[in-house]
Amino acid sequence: MTLFMTILIDGLTYASWLFIVALGLTLVFGVLKILNVAHGSFYALGAYAAASMVGWFASMQLAPELSIVAMLLAAVVVAALVAPLCERGLLRSFYGRDEVLLVLVTFALFLILEDVTKLIWGVNPLYVSEPYMLFGMVEFGDLSYVGYDFVLIAVAVVVGSIVWWGLNRTRTGKLVLAVIHSEEVASSMGVNVSHIYTLAFGAGIFLAALGGALTAPMISVQPGVSVGVIIVSFAVVIIGGLGSIPGAAIGALIVGMARASAVHLMPVAELFSIYVVMAVVLMFKPEGLFQRDQARKI
Amino acid sequence: MSFYRSSTSRTFAAGLFMMLVLLLAGTAMPRWLNFLITMAAANGLVSLGIVLLMRSGVVSFGQGLVFAVGGYAAALAFGQWGITDAVLLALGGGVIAALVALPFAWLIARYRGIFFAMLSLALSMVLYGLLMKSQAMGGSDGFNMGRPTLFGLRPADSWSAYANFAVTIVLTAIVGMAARVYFDSTHGLVALAARDNEIRVEYLGSSVQGLIATNFVIAAFVGGLGGALAVMALGHVEPEFSYWTRSGDFVFVAILAGHHSVLAALIASTVLEVVRSFSSAYFPNTWQLVLGVFLLAVIRFLPRGIGSLWEARRQRGEQA
Repeated sequence: MTLFMTILIDGLTYASWLFIVALGLTLVFGVLKILNVAHGSFYALGAYAAASMVGWFASMQLAPELSIVAMLLAAVVVAALVAPLCERGLLRSFYGRDEVLLVLVTFALFLILEDVTKLIWGVNPLYVSEPYMLFGMVEFGDLSYVGYDFVLIAVAVVVGSIVWWGLNRTRTGKLVLAVIHSEEVASSMGVNVSHIYTLAFGAGIFLAALGGALTAPMISVQPGVSVGVIIVSFAVVIIGGLGSIPGAAIGALIVGMARASAVHLMPVAELFSIYVVMAVVLMFKPEGLFQRDQARKI
Repeated sequence: MSFYRSSTSRTFAAGLFMMLVLLLAGTAMPRWLNFLITMAAANGLVSLGIVLLMRSGVVSFGQGLVFAVGGYAAALAFGQWGITDAVLLALGGGVIAALVALPFAWLIARYRGIFFAMLSLALSMVLYGLLMKSQAMGGSDGFNMGRPTLFGLRPADSWSAYANFAVTIVLTAIVGMAARVYFDSTHGLVALAARDNEIRVEYLGSSVQGLIATNFVIAAFVGGLGGALAVMALGHVEPEFSYWTRSGDFVFVAILAGHHSVLAALIASTVLEVVRSFSSAYFPNTWQLVLGVFLLAVIRFLPRGIGSLWEARRQRGEQA
C-alpha cells in the first residue's frame, strides 16, 4: 500500500510539470503544425531564468515567499523576449514546408539555443533550492512528502483549467480553435491567422518556460536539461494525440505513472519505460489516444 | 531497358573511378583527413539509409538504433568471439542491424510522417536506455575495441588508419553503386511514386507497406554497416550512438543531401564532418550554434538538398 502511494504521488508530481510543458508543445503543434524540438530549450531557458531571478530577488532581501513570483516572472520574461524573436524572425520563413523538414528547422534552433544558454549562464550547475522548502513537509500515512510537490500538482490543474477556459470561453481562444480546425476557412472569415500564430507560439513557449521555472528548484540547472525533456514531452503528446489538450493531460499521467512504476518496481526500465508505453499506444491507436480520424487524400 | 543498363554501367564506372582516386589519395593524406573521410563515409552510409526511406516518403528519426547495433555487434564480435577481420566485422554489423530491424519493419511501415519519425525514435531510445543500464556492455561508458585485421594480416601501426580508411571506402563505394542501381530499379521507382501519392500506388497493385518495410530493413543493414565501420575507426563504442541527437545528425545529412543522389549523401556527410571539426576547433564553445545556423541556411536556400544542384541538370539532359 505504501509502495502504491509512493508510486502514485511520484507519478502525479512528474506528470504535473510534464503536463505543463507538453501542453505548450501540443498547443504549438495544434496551431502552427510544428513539432517543436526547441521546446526543451525554452524549458531550459525558463529554468535558468528562474534561477537567476530567484537569486536576484534574494539579493534584494525580498521575502522568500516572493520567489514564487520570481519564477512566474522568469517564465513571462522568456516568453516575451524569445518567443516573438523565434516565431517572427525565424519560423515565419519556413511555414508551409513539409512537417518533417520543420522538425529539422526546430532541431537547428535547439542547437543554437543550447549554445546561447551556455554563453549566458556558463556550464556550471546552478541551484535554487530555496523555493522547494517553502511549503514544508506533508505527512501522508507513514511517509512524508515535500509540500512543493503538491503545490506543483495544484499548479498543473490550475494551468490546465486556465488554458481550457481561455480556449473555450474567450473570443481569442475561439479564434485559436478556429485556426486549429482549419486555417484556410478561418483566414477567409477574416481571422488574422498570423497574429494567432504569434499568440499561440508565445503561449506555448510561456508554458515550456513555466514548466522549467517550476522544476528549477527540484533539479540542478545545468547544460543538458533541455535534451531529456524534449523526448519525454514528445512521448506525452504523441500518446495523447498531437494538438489535443485532454490528450496532453492523459499522456502526461500515463507517462508519469509509467516512469514512477518503473523507478520503484523495475529500476532497469526507468530510462525506456516511457518509450515502450509510447510504442504500445501507437500500435493500437496510430494517431494517439485523442486524435480525430482524418480523411484520406486521393 | 537499355537506358537503365547504360545508366548502370555509367554508375559502376563513376563509382569505381571515385573509389580508386580516393584510395590513391588516401596514401598521401595526413592522418586527420584520413580519419575525417572514414567517419564521413561511415556516417554517410547511415544517412544513405535515411535517403532510401525518404524516397519512400518517410523519415526515420531513430537511425541511431541501427548505427549503435552495428557498432556494438562489431565491437562484441571482436572482443567476445575473436572475429577480427575488418570486412567480416563490418558486414556482420550490417546483418545484425538488419535482423534487429526485421521484427519491427512490418509494424513501423504502417506509419507515416511524424508518427514514423517518432516511433523509430522511440525504438532507438529504448536501446539507449538498455545500453545505459547494461553492465555487460560497459554501461554509460561503453567499451573499447582493438584494431581489426584485414584478410588475416595485421596492418602495421603506421598503416592501420589507412587500412580502416580503405575498407570503409571500398565498402561505401560498393553500397553506393548498389544503392544507385536499386534507386533506378522498378522497386526503387515505385518508392518514388509512393512518395508522391501512396493511395494511387496501392490502387495500381503495389504494397506500400511492404515497400517501406523492405526499405526499412535495407536502411538498417546499411546503417549497421556504417556503425561497425565507425566503431572500428574510433576504437570505442558507447550508448550515445543510439541517442536522439545522433539520429538528428543523420537526418540533418539526409536533408542536406536531398533524396535524389547517392553521392550527395556522402558529400553532405563530409560537409557535416568538416563543419563540425573546424567549428569545434575554432569555436569550441559555440560549435553547435555554428552547426545550427548552417543547417538553417541549407534548409532556407537549398530546400531540396545539395543533390538538387546536379540532379536537376541531369534530368533536363535526359529529357532533351
